[in-house]
Amino acid sequence: MTKKDTTNSGRRGFLKATAATGVAASAPMFFIKDGHAAAHGGMNFRNNPGKAKSIKLGFNVPQTGAYADEGADELRAFKLAVKHLNGEGDGGMLNTMKPLALKGNGVLGKKVEYVTGDTQTKSDAARASAKRMIEKDGVLMISGGSSSGVAIAVQGLCQEMGVIFMAGLTHSNDTTGKDCRRYGFRHFFNAYMSGRALGPVLKKEYGTDRKAYHLTADYTWGWTQEESIKQTTEELGWKTVKTVRTPVGAGDFSQYITPVLNSGADVLILNHYGKDMINSLTQAVQFGLKDKMVNGKQFEIIVPLFSRLMAQGAGDAIKGILGTTNWNWQLKDAGSQAFVKSFGAEYGFPPSQAAHTCYVQTLLYADACQRAGTFYPPEVIKALEGFNFDGMGNGPTEYRAEDHQCFKDVLVVRGNPNPTSQFDLLQVEQIVPRKQVEYPPTQFGCKLGPYKV
Amino acid sequence: MSLKNNLVVMLLFSAIVLSAPWWLAPIGANYPDLLQKFAIFGLFAIGFNILFGLTGYLSFGHAAFLGVGSYTAVWSFKLLTMNVIPAVILGTLVSGVFALLIGWLSLRRSGIYFSILTLAFAQMSYSLAYSVLTPITNGETGLQLSQQDPRVLDAMAGIVPTEGLPTTNLFGMPMSGYSGFYFCAVLLIIGFWVTLKIFRSPYGLKLTAIKSNTMRMKYTGFNTRPYLLSAFVISGMFAGLAGSLMAVTDPLAGAERMQWTASGEVVLMTILGGAGTLIGPLLGVGIIKYFENIFSALNDSALRAAYDFLPAGLADFLTTVTSPFVGEGWHLTLGLLFMLVVIFLPGGVMQGISLISRFLRRRLGMAGESGGAS
Repeated sequence: MTKKDTTNSGRRGFLKATAATGVAASAPMFFIKDGHAAAHGGMNFRNNPGKAKSIKLGFNVPQTGAYADEGADELRAFKLAVKHLNGEGDGGMLNTMKPLALKGNGVLGKKVEYVTGDTQTKSDAARASAKRMIEKDGVLMISGGSSSGVAIAVQGLCQEMGVIFMAGLTHSNDTTGKDCRRYGFRHFFNAYMSGRALGPVLKKEYGTDRKAYHLTADYTWGWTQEESIKQTTEELGWKTVKTVRTPVGAGDFSQYITPVLNSGADVLILNHYGKDMINSLTQAVQFGLKDKMVNGKQFEIIVPLFSRLMAQGAGDAIKGILGTTNWNWQLKDAGSQAFVKSFGAEYGFPPSQAAHTCYVQTLLYADACQRAGTFYPPEVIKALEGFNFDGMGNGPTEYRAEDHQCFKDVLVVRGNPNPTSQFDLLQVEQIVPRKQVEYPPTQFGCKLGPYKV
Repeated sequence: MSLKNNLVVMLLFSAIVLSAPWWLAPIGANYPDLLQKFAIFGLFAIGFNILFGLTGYLSFGHAAFLGVGSYTAVWSFKLLTMNVIPAVILGTLVSGVFALLIGWLSLRRSGIYFSILTLAFAQMSYSLAYSVLTPITNGETGLQLSQQDPRVLDAMAGIVPTEGLPTTNLFGMPMSGYSGFYFCAVLLIIGFWVTLKIFRSPYGLKLTAIKSNTMRMKYTGFNTRPYLLSAFVISGMFAGLAGSLMAVTDPLAGAERMQWTASGEVVLMTILGGAGTLIGPLLGVGIIKYFENIFSALNDSALRAAYDFLPAGLADFLTTVTSPFVGEGWHLTLGLLFMLVVIFLPGGVMQGISLISRFLRRRLGMAGESGGAS
């Protein structure tokens, strides 16, 4: 810089040049690092690993709050996935996934490392934690989460920052509907699929003349689940007596359950999850709802989104109750068995559906990078879009290109009336084939946005 | 050159704040998001300190103003423009009006009753944001931008987002990353200047007098209400400014910002650092935010790496012993620290600093007669 100033003689020129050099030299290291990072295939992008020997992934899970149990299990699954990617342990689903590009030596020859964070199931905290991972730790991908509110908030952030988000447990239609993003991907099923899968079973079990009462968690997931289940049941001919919104983490649901008794409804639908569902279901059973006869029919309770962790918390209350789930450890296919085996060997108990989806998401991301031959997000996104795979526990699955939603079979489950162990709480009632839960990609208003940010 | 001189203080303060990205690098706290948080919560805490530190009135509901500021700012982004200036001004003003209302009601009582009243109002705002006000707040999901927002001023200027969501900006300069931090930092410096002026003015003296003896104040003929109310509104506006800055750096507002835990956090920050001191609350902010963001992210593998230089057995032992205190256990560490500070240094970290400096001064004074302690 100083050499160029030969024409600009004298004290002023010298001062100018010195000042310019000074500013340039004192620019923080990160600008320089980003500016000169070795571009991958001519393209530069955020947190480009360049020639580094390892890459970092960010696992952002709720460690405190109403969904902390799910978060803890997700984290176990992530750690296991990283182990398997790096070629440690027994390899888990890497032995069953088809097609598979990964070689068990990291991703594109780089060792996989990870950082963790606490979402606290709050959008603010989750975004702060995700930002820390992106800005400080330099992660290439963020995964995890156990709430659709958080998933949508973090997904939006990842789009802005140009980092891929592999959603964990999120069941709202909006995640891959009106709030979908180009950089966000969801393996988990959604509320609409729950409704489609439950419909025929409900018809068979409870008939077509029913009056339903909804208690709904008051946020995006609850809203869309209520809407989808209502649509399904009304198609069956059921009437919806009332829908009531309850705050997340309410703890005591008795004030919401008492009115159900006198409403004339004969079915209670609980659009709750995590500890909320445990509390509302337990209290509903305590209030004697399950033993009542209304309109000459046995009163029934339905929990559209079920998980084994919740069943464990709710104890006897779940016996005989119908719901849907993304995956269950008792499935007999090779992928599920391989995963349950290595998870069990590591931690001593079977994984939950939250653990399963997070494990699969991590493997899918890694595999997409391997197939794309680069970590450059637009290429990785293209590798994931429309990807067909099998051997991951849900049968043949497709990552739909138009809205980044996975399409696969859905499980209808029932609370096991005679459990043989503390984990044998849900029995698979029916495996609903994929074509029954499909819908057009435009249905929930998804517009993915740009590849390049 | 003395710290009694406002200009010297301001110059020093500005230099320290603006150079934060450099001197925070060694402890890994120099990434934009955390720097922004330091500045934003710094504003929140120094504003809170005007009320609590000077008048001794402990408000347990200041997060409500933070939330109001955030919601106002996001609505400004949605309805008016993505430029941050209207958002910041509106956020501060609306919070001020809200603070006037709540302050007018709550300041009818003092002591614990005042605290409970403010807590009640804040919890009420929080519950309202979750229930009846969901059309304005979007409930648990949080208020977010959408591409279809009207943004009338931007539309008039012909700025229409083509693809994806628009970003907040200051006349074209994006407000995320380091530019966002510097924007917050400049406002923090201005805010600090305001508190400095208040602390060192007859007005500030009267507020302190209210703290030491309200009764005597009244007997000397002062009506304390207007002073208290104005202090309450000013600190509410600081909170609103902080809230709108949260929306500026990240255009999303959630009701959890108004929860009592958020109100409690600013109380902790102020007490930890030293209530009633100029710098104390900022130190408290630094400590708590550092714990929340850095300590909470440490895990076993990071610990093991830190103890790498030790023999394997010892490293394993230390990892096992310390791991409950990091990661999800960061609250535990913070709680212990808070207990230690409150028990041994009731005046907060600032008391510790003044004890150390007095000790050093005495040692220096003994060593050489011309110790130069001015």
